[in-house]
Amino acid sequence: MKVKICSTAFNPWQEIQAYQTSLAAAAKFGATSIFIGTMRDYNEGDAVQSMTLDYYPGMTEKQLEKIIADAEQRWKIIDAYIVHRVGEIRPDDTIVLVAVWASHRGDAFDACRFIMEALKSTAPFWKKELLESGQTRWVEKNTDGYQKT
Amino acid sequence: MSIKVRYFASLGAQVGRSESELAFTKTMTVRDVWQLDAIEKPIPDNVLAAINMEYADLDVQVQDGDEVAFFPPVTGG
Repeated sequence: MKVKICSTAFNPWQEIQAYQTSLAAAAKFGATSIFIGTMRDYNEGDAVQSMTLDYYPGMTEKQLEKIIADAEQRWKIIDAYIVHRVGEIRPDDTIVLVAVWASHRGDAFDACRFIMEALKSTAPFWKKELLESGQTRWVEKNTDGYQKT
Repeated sequence: MSIKVRYFASLGAQVGRSESELAFTKTMTVRDVWQLDAIEKPIPDNVLAAINMEYADLDVQVQDGDEVAFFPPVTGG
C-alpha cells in the first residue's frame, strides 16, 4: 500500500505502470480497478481558470493510509495506491488516482469505489477556484458524484 | 500548559491567522479551544476538528502539547 502527494503534474498511467511493476504479487492479482479524477473547466455554472488545492501535511497522508487500511478490512485486496495532487492545478490536469489490485473483480471494484468515496468525504484537501471572471472562491462541499438532471 | 492551534482553508481567513499557540491552566475541550482562540467568531456548524492529526469530536479534552486543527468540510478528489 502506498499514498503519494504530488505538488507537480503527474501522469496517472505511468504511475499505475510503475507501481504495478514494483508489486511482488505479480501473477497473483486477477483484477485491477482504477479511478482517475481530472479537473473540469467549469463548476456550479461558472468557467474555472485554475484551482489551488490545499491540504494538511501529515494528517492527509495518515488519513489516506487509514482509508486503505479500512478497505483492506472489508475486502480481499492485494494492494492499493493513491496519488493526489496539491498546489496550483489547471483544467485537464489529473487530480487523483486510486488503483486497487485484487484476485477478483468484485473486491477490486468495491474497494476502489469505497476508497474514492472515503477520500472525498474525509481526506483533508480543500479546493479554491479562480474563475474566468477573476473572482476566487473556496469550494464548499463535494457533490454526490452524479450529474444533476 | 500550551497547545498549537491550526486553521485550514477558509477558516484561516475567517479567524485571521493560520496558527497560534494557546496557553491554558484548566481542562479544556476542542470546542473551548475555538472559543478561547478564535475570539468573537462563532464556531461554524459544519466545522471539522482534529487532535494530533486525527479527527476528534468537539467535546474531547485536549492535553498539553497537542496540535488542534479546525477546518471546513473537505473537498478533495
